[in-house]
Amino acid sequence: MDEEMLAPLAGQVLSIKCAVGDAVEEDAEMIVIEALKMETPVFAPCDGTVKEIRVKEGDYVEEDDLLVILST
Amino acid sequence: MMKGFDSLLVQSGFFHMTLGMLVMWVIAFVLIYLAIAKDFEPLLLLPIGFGILLANLPLSDLMQPGQGLLWRFYHHGIQWEIIPPLIFLGLGALTDFRPMLANPRLIFLGAAAQGGVYVTFFVARWAGLSLVQAASIGIIGGADGPTTIYLTSKLAPELLGSAAVAAYSYMALVPIIQPPIMKGLTTKAERVIRMKKGRKPSNLEVIMFPLATTIVVVLLVPPAAALISMFMLGNLFREAKVVDRLTKASQNELLNIVTIFLGLPVGATMNADTFLRPRAILIFLLGLVAFGVSTACGVLMAKGMNLVSSNKINPLIGAAGVSAVPMSARVVHKVGSEADKKNYLLMYAMGPNVAGVIGTVIAAGVFLTLLR
Repeated sequence: MDEEMLAPLAGQVLSIKCAVGDAVEEDAEMIVIEALKMETPVFAPCDGTVKEIRVKEGDYVEEDDLLVILST
Repeated sequence: MMKGFDSLLVQSGFFHMTLGMLVMWVIAFVLIYLAIAKDFEPLLLLPIGFGILLANLPLSDLMQPGQGLLWRFYHHGIQWEIIPPLIFLGLGALTDFRPMLANPRLIFLGAAAQGGVYVTFFVARWAGLSLVQAASIGIIGGADGPTTIYLTSKLAPELLGSAAVAAYSYMALVPIIQPPIMKGLTTKAERVIRMKKGRKPSNLEVIMFPLATTIVVVLLVPPAAALISMFMLGNLFREAKVVDRLTKASQNELLNIVTIFLGLPVGATMNADTFLRPRAILIFLLGLVAFGVSTACGVLMAKGMNLVSSNKINPLIGAAGVSAVPMSARVVHKVGSEADKKNYLLMYAMGPNVAGVIGTVIAAGVFLTLLR
C-alpha cells in the first residue's frame, strides 16, 4: 500500500534527505522545508520504502502538496 | 608655538569628555558588539549603537537643533512622523494576512496579547511616571519597534532612545523571554494539540482585507491613521499583484533606506544627560513586564477560548499575539515541536502574529486619542 507524505506548511524545499529505494523508519527526517527563514524538517509518516519523490531542492511547495510516496 | 598647541588641545573634544559620556560609549559598544557578534536585531541596533556613540562625542554639533546632521534626520524623519509610517509601508508589502484570514478567530489572540500594553501603562502610572510616559513604556509590550518610536516621539520624546532600545532588545530576546512563560502556563497535553486546518482565503478576500481594515480602523481610532493606512497600502500593493515594482520597492529599497535613517537619530537622542538616570532602568524593567504580560495574556486567551469551543487551539500560539513578526511565531513553532516534533505550528502562529501588529497600532491610536 502507498502512503503519501504531504507538505505540512508552505515554503521552499531546502534539502532532500532520502532517495528513491531507501528503506525508512517512521519519524525519519525526509525533507527540510524552509519557511520564514526557519528550517522545518518533515518526518516520515510510517515505516516504508521511498517509492517516488515529487519535489526537488529549491522547489516552492504549498501546504498539502505531495512530497514523497512511500510504499509500505 | 606652544601656546597655539595648547589652545588646539583645549578646543579639541578630549578636554570635554565626561564620565557619563564614557559610560554611554560602553553602552554603544555593547549594542554594536551584540549586533555584530550575536546577530541581535542588527538592522536596528547597529545604527542605534553608532548613533549613541556620535551623540556622546563632545563639541560636535550633530544633534544641535537647527543645524546638526543627525538632528535634521531626527527632526524631519521622526518628529515629522515620516519614517515610522514608511517602515509600515514596507512591512505591509511583506506581510501575508492569509494565515489570519484562514482562521479569523485567532484575531482574538492578537488582541489579547496587547494586554501587557495596558497593564504596564497602569503599573508605570503607579510607579510615578506621567500619563504620556506610561503610555510610551506600555507600548513596548506590543513588541513593535516602529509603533513604539512613533508613539513615544509624539507623546514623550524625552524617552525615545530608551524606549526604542528596550523594545528592540526585548524583540531580540523573544526566544529567551517567551518560552518559560509559555511552558509555565500550559500543560504538555495542551502543547501537543494539533490545530485543525484553516480554510483557504480567496483572492478577493485578501484584496478586500486591507481596504476594509483601513476604513474600519481609521473610522474607529483616527490617530492610528498614519500607521495603519501605510501598512494597508503596502499590503494592497502586494496582494493586488499588478504593481510588482511598487511592492518590491516598498519591501526592499525603501524599507532598507528608511531603516538607516530610523536607527541612527534614535540612537543619537541618547546622550549622557538624558539617558543616565534611574528612569532608564525603570523603563527597561517595565518593558520586560509589558512583554511578559502580553505573552501570558495571549496564551491565557487561547486557553479561555478552548473552554467554550470544541475546536481546540494550541494555547502556545497565543504567545505569537505579540507583534514581533515572525520571531514569536518561530518561537511558538519551536516550543510546540519540542512537545511533538510532527506538530507544525508555524503558519497557525502567523495568524495571531500579524493580527498583533494591527492590535498594537490600534493600542497606540487609543493612547493618542485619550492623551493628546
